[in-house]
Amino acid sequence: MLEVRDLHAYYGKSHILQGVDLSVGAREIVSILGRNGVGRSTTLKTIMGNPAPHGSVVFKGSEIAGKAPHQIARLGIGYVPEERAIFPGLTVEQNLVLGLKPGQPEGVWSVEDTFRLFPQLRERAHAPGGALSGGEQQMLTICRTLMGNPDLIMIDEPTEGLSPQMVERIGELLQEVASRGISILLVEQKLAVAMRISHRVYVMGHGRMVFSGTPAELTANRAVREEWLEV
Amino acid sequence: MAEILFFSAVNGITYGMLLFLMASGLTVIFSMMGVLNLAHASFYMLGAFFGFEISRHLGFWPGLVLAPLIVAVIGMGVERYGLRTVHKHGHVAELLFTFGLTFVIQKLVEMVWGKLPVDYLVPPSLDFPAFTIFATEYPAFKLFGLLASIAIFLALMLVIKRTRIGLIVQAALTHPEMVGMLGHNVDRIFMLVFGVGVGLAAVAGVIAGPALVTQSNMAGLLGPILFVVVVVGGLGSLGGAFVASLLIGLVQTFAVAFNISLADVFGPVAADSGLALYLDDIWSVTVAQVAPVLPYLLLVLILIFRPRGLMGNRES
Repeated sequence: MLEVRDLHAYYGKSHILQGVDLSVGAREIVSILGRNGVGRSTTLKTIMGNPAPHGSVVFKGSEIAGKAPHQIARLGIGYVPEERAIFPGLTVEQNLVLGLKPGQPEGVWSVEDTFRLFPQLRERAHAPGGALSGGEQQMLTICRTLMGNPDLIMIDEPTEGLSPQMVERIGELLQEVASRGISILLVEQKLAVAMRISHRVYVMGHGRMVFSGTPAELTANRAVREEWLEV
Repeated sequence: MAEILFFSAVNGITYGMLLFLMASGLTVIFSMMGVLNLAHASFYMLGAFFGFEISRHLGFWPGLVLAPLIVAVIGMGVERYGLRTVHKHGHVAELLFTFGLTFVIQKLVEMVWGKLPVDYLVPPSLDFPAFTIFATEYPAFKLFGLLASIAIFLALMLVIKRTRIGLIVQAALTHPEMVGMLGHNVDRIFMLVFGVGVGLAAVAGVIAGPALVTQSNMAGLLGPILFVVVVVGGLGSLGGAFVASLLIGLVQTFAVAFNISLADVFGPVAADSGLALYLDDIWSVTVAQVAPVLPYLLLVLILIFRPRGLMGNRES
């Protein structure tokens, strides 16, 4: 579904991505692990087209590197940024509706799905997005992106700063998303969550992938864990 | 006294609503694109001159419709082929670009229409007193300006609050990148907003042209006040721009109407205290005389005590 080959990206003069290779198959959950600052978030942003990608990004058989973010989104990649980017002045319902793309028919995900899964969002449907708790905002931002009917959803640090119960709920949401046939590319700090739900994991270090395999293989590979993951 | 209060209030609100026609576009453009459009008042001037030119051939009413449309198209062109290209080089480049644009527009206007005021007259169909109160006639054209501004304000609010495109614009005020990543063409929205924004400024120009003076310095006269309105209201806040426009409009007209000085207020009390001597320089300056300074004084006070403005969301 997604094939990234030799992807480079720059912020000003700093060379952040230095030849990233990765792939996500249909209905697959893939996680990118690694320490802060190695370029995991930048990888997702570069796939979305900002910062500008240098290299090859093939999605559903066609090259998307060089396209504008809104074009990439319309092709079927959903992106949930780390900072969540809830529209604070708009209501929960308006935030969700904005996830629908121009002229898009009903997708696999509806406002009702969101409310069924997260009843607390239904109670606050007419409250401004800025008034939600961190966990509620995280659910809202993921559901908002799902409204756009993506084939692949890329989620950056969804459990950051959330309570253990909330982390559990986010995990359930991701399972539900996967069960509807949507591929997931996850950047995650909490190893336990990522290892439990992912089919495959990448470990990133200094702008490129340093490990690729199943969660079980990573568990077995002590050298990689010690060098690239553990503090 | 009641007469002064009444006319000051009506004039203040009329002036304030005209300011809001311009400030609304300026503040929306700023929050969405991060561009402080220094040329905004120049588009207001273009509106007045285009309106004047069209009124000579087709009459005032076609000018009221066509001039803003032409200015909106020019604005979209400026955004699409100017600002968007300059954007890559950062905000300073954008600022310099709009700064340069003010000179280009001013010089072009002077080349075509000259430096002297042009004879932009109130249309005959509105050249009568709307009502007479306290034995003073109130011109129908001013009343029309007030009603037109209110109508546009209501229409703008309706579009922003009730339509899908309005929803997207509201969302893009805080997170333009996220709006793009949800699949909306933000560049096109920017172009549209810029066009509508400068088009509204042009409407204000067509309305203000006959009421005030249509001259090549009108942009320079109004521009600074416009920034006061936007900063006082809070950058990026439409509601704030509305309140600040009315506030500045009322402050200016009321100040002009009052001929009171410190000497009038404290004269009898302070005659012997030496206070009069100490404040000699400003002792007999009247409120009317300092009226032009008041908006900027307000700006300074706001920047000191409430830097984000009356209703601003942003810290910057």
